[in-house]
Amino acid sequence: MSGHRLPRGGVIDRDREIGFTFDGRRYRGYAGDSLAAALLANGVGLVGRSLKYHRPRGVVAAGAEEPNALVTLGDGARTEPNCNAAMVELFDGLAARSQNRWPSLAVDLMAAAGLAGPLLAAGFYYKTFMAPTRKAWMVYERVIRRAAGLGAGTLLPDRDRYEAMNAFCDVLVVGAGPSGLMAALAAARAGARVILADEHAVPGGALAGAGVQVGGTTGHDWAGATAAALAATPTATVLPRTTVYGYYDDNTLGAVERVTDHLPVPPDGAPRQRHWTIRARRVVLATGAVERPIVFAGNDTPGVMLADAARTYAERYAVAAGRRIAVFANNDGAYRTVGALAAAGVTVVAVVDPRTAIGAAAAAIARAAGAELLAGHVVARARGGRALATIEVAPLDAASRADGAVRRLAIDALAVGGGWTPTIHLASQAGGKPVWDEALAAFLPGAPRQPWRAVGACAGALDTAACLAAGAEAGSEAARACGRDGADVPIPPARPEPVGDRPHALWHVPSGRRGKAFVDLQNDVTVEDVRLAHREGFRSAEHLKRYTTLGMATDQGKTSNVVGLALMAAARQVSIAEVGTTRYRPPYTPVVLGALAGSARGAAFRPTRRTPMHDWHVAHGADMGAAGLWLRPLVYRRPGETVEDGYIREARQVRASVGMVDVSTLGKIDVQGPDAAELLNRVYINAWLKLPVGKARYGVMLREDGIVFDDGTTWRLGETRYLMTTTTANAAAVLAHLEFLLATAWPDLRVAVTSITEQWAGMAVAGPNSRAVLAAALDDFDMADAAFGFMAVRDGHLDGVPVLVTRLSFSGELAYEVYAPAHHGDAAWRRIMAAGRDFGIVPYGTEAMGALRIEKGHASGPEIDGRTTADDLGFGAMASRTKAHVGRAMMDRDGLVDPRRGKLVGVVSLDGGPIRSGSHVVAGTGRSPGRSLGHVSSATFSPALDRHIALALVEGGRERIGDRLYATDPLRGGHVPVEIAAPCFFDPDGTRMHG
Amino acid sequence: MRIPCPYCGPRDAAEFAYGGDASSARPDPETADPDAWYSHVYLRRNPMGAHVEYWHHAQGCRLWLKVRRDTVSHRIDGAEIVGPWAGVPIGGPDTA
Repeated sequence: MSGHRLPRGGVIDRDREIGFTFDGRRYRGYAGDSLAAALLANGVGLVGRSLKYHRPRGVVAAGAEEPNALVTLGDGARTEPNCNAAMVELFDGLAARSQNRWPSLAVDLMAAAGLAGPLLAAGFYYKTFMAPTRKAWMVYERVIRRAAGLGAGTLLPDRDRYEAMNAFCDVLVVGAGPSGLMAALAAARAGARVILADEHAVPGGALAGAGVQVGGTTGHDWAGATAAALAATPTATVLPRTTVYGYYDDNTLGAVERVTDHLPVPPDGAPRQRHWTIRARRVVLATGAVERPIVFAGNDTPGVMLADAARTYAERYAVAAGRRIAVFANNDGAYRTVGALAAAGVTVVAVVDPRTAIGAAAAAIARAAGAELLAGHVVARARGGRALATIEVAPLDAASRADGAVRRLAIDALAVGGGWTPTIHLASQAGGKPVWDEALAAFLPGAPRQPWRAVGACAGALDTAACLAAGAEAGSEAARACGRDGADVPIPPARPEPVGDRPHALWHVPSGRRGKAFVDLQNDVTVEDVRLAHREGFRSAEHLKRYTTLGMATDQGKTSNVVGLALMAAARQVSIAEVGTTRYRPPYTPVVLGALAGSARGAAFRPTRRTPMHDWHVAHGADMGAAGLWLRPLVYRRPGETVEDGYIREARQVRASVGMVDVSTLGKIDVQGPDAAELLNRVYINAWLKLPVGKARYGVMLREDGIVFDDGTTWRLGETRYLMTTTTANAAAVLAHLEFLLATAWPDLRVAVTSITEQWAGMAVAGPNSRAVLAAALDDFDMADAAFGFMAVRDGHLDGVPVLVTRLSFSGELAYEVYAPAHHGDAAWRRIMAAGRDFGIVPYGTEAMGALRIEKGHASGPEIDGRTTADDLGFGAMASRTKAHVGRAMMDRDGLVDPRRGKLVGVVSLDGGPIRSGSHVVAGTGRSPGRSLGHVSSATFSPALDRHIALALVEGGRERIGDRLYATDPLRGGHVPVEIAAPCFFDPDGTRMHG
Repeated sequence: MRIPCPYCGPRDAAEFAYGGDASSARPDPETADPDAWYSHVYLRRNPMGAHVEYWHHAQGCRLWLKVRRDTVSHRIDGAEIVGPWAGVPIGGPDTA
């Protein structure tokens, strides 16, 4: 191909030259060029290699539909594969690389695949490599994926910033062509809040060149002036470089604004892209249409492009696709390309048209251009390898075949216009089935299922004047539907042009000539592949797509789908309407994942919850671990200590003297009202009506299906006021559960529940010296057992700050919990640490807390795993049989009272080795372990017992105490001899905590 | 999808937690037989079309709502508050 820059014309800025590279070679273009335009201007015709056969490919289109010209931009962390060169704006220093070739674009050794062409037909991979086993496929897949593919992304973290916007408007207009601009203008003039989004940098759509005349000036200037007037309207937002990619429920649309992709790197503080979630009361879809090709042998030769693309390159970018061009068209509209090329001084050798009746205006354009008009003829084959050299033109005979005598035309570019395909992607996402229009030979939007309306080319109107009028009408109507009324806007006159709304339905040139005829250029799907799919029974639109890959990958078949469906219809001898089209799904064009992620990445991926004492923990060397969204201290390691050293030291000190752990993360729910006790009585399995004021009680709650849901203590603070604590993990779920029951099952209960988790900082002080420490820390608080017994709750003060003190024990030691208002939490913690200095108080983390509770056999998250019953965990005796608590009705089902269920037991390692949680408890040795008798749920080294212990859920439960079994872990290795024990390993009588 | 919360006004579905079929009432624990519980806890119709379901405005007013939604089109025909505040007139700031 010998593309070149025209000396005049276009809407580029010839005063601003831009340097860029393609595969390392330096080129120059102008501001306003797309990468594809600049490559064509530099005579670069070969831009990529095809997916399967590695055939040379050139630029085909000038918009989002481009199937071939995919390049990789940037490097390192900013590597961006599969960029559509027709949509990439040229900037200084742009470095593009071609894809899917080795070692180079010109000499691609993988093109040998082309020689094996007949073997690589549709379904080839499945048929050949799936046998004999799935394993074989997994080996082949890696090789195939390397040979056939698109560009490679990067594994480096994205360095750019992405923003998210939520926007609301009366009228969203998608597309800033003649229809969209008029719709937005009419709606804005009526006073509606309008958003106008367009995927291109400059408005105008089909007008965005210098050829069309609107409102007495060029389409380009009219569109620019109109968009500028809109942008100056306070109620209108104009979003260039913004692709509306998805249409979702409730008129919610997703759009991506490429804020700085047209710059070398985003300026400081600027996002690379911005994701818009737009909620619109009315939507006007003015998305236009894309031209489609006519398929013939060799139609993928670089130099063969769409007719309207050739026009756009000439009129907008002042780039001629070649020096001797032919046009192959089946409709009058494509003759605009003939006129545009002739006006630009490019030689149009011939116009090949299968029709014998050609519109007078179109024929006149061809005559004026000096082109030979070959009516009733078709292009039967293109030849030339890496650059188009000749086409073979033949008459279309009475049987609509092109087997007759051939004329060879030596040309370097061929512009093909096969009619127009309305861009109905968004309409299809939010509407009924697309409707086949026989005259236009295209699918039009189906009936809307949401308040949108399609106008202009999207609705099948290809005439500029008609688009302007329809847009204005749709904009006014949308504004009226939103309660905005205003004067009609004047419709600018447009110079008439030939229109391609009655194409001769020629999809594929039937001829006996050899050579692959490509339906889908991006996926290398040929006419023969579609026929093969038909022969093998893959005949529906959806099967055709999946079997041949027609319409997949980055272009989603924008130029190929209708042709493929037409060929299938012909093979099935049914109408295209009967074959139907596949359902369009978002996104319309590829969306960068970073734009969807927005700022929700890394530390901002989800909220982090920190307790009021967080900074103290960090300052004192805590390793912080995630507990849901919370960060909690795992262990406060001293220099030289391992995690294990640390938690063993902490746990020993708790049992020997005193320690303190941050329990602020426990869920805390304020329960108030005359029926508060009744609510507790209905959600916990045990009895609550007689709990005195100033006392706490441990409770277990079930789900409706009888499985344990959560546990914790609830404290009676007053006659009608309780404070319920939940596990850290279930805090939100328990509150929602209570709210649900109060709303749906017991609306008559006079009780309100409120989360107060974040209002209170909690700290548990545990160990034989905890009483003495708190006696010193609290203001005038009688800590004596008689005054403040086990499970007591009382208000107190700490340095004058009101606190709530309870005597509870999770560790099995004499222990208390102190709750301070959140903003006093840090001070209260420091005060208690200071009071404990003489006793050697240690802060301890969740590791030590876990070791202490396993020693006591207390069930926790790993035991309350959504599968265990109260009886499995040893709470069976707690359950009241006389009240109708949640789960009561289902808890005695056969499966839940089966004696073979696993019950909570203790496990002691006999060989001194650690037991891994997740191990299975078995009777046999390593080689033949036998069936699983249960599993280890929690394991630790026990500082108190000086051996490895665990909790497990084992069939037979306590009847197995004393049994010698094995804890086996075939996945990670390990087969530990163990003895089953009672779940409480330490101080089973509880004398320490009651002391 | 947006849900018209009677208290807060129309809000994005992301603020809500789904609570399941609202046509199944919790059996009376005093009188219901095991089959009624089994049916309530486990059996759900999967209707194509109109459906009444619970949604919890977990990141809003925290009220439980009964929402009439079409499972095919996701069209929502209205929402009402469930529980003690059901039917209470609300003059919220944004209840259009």
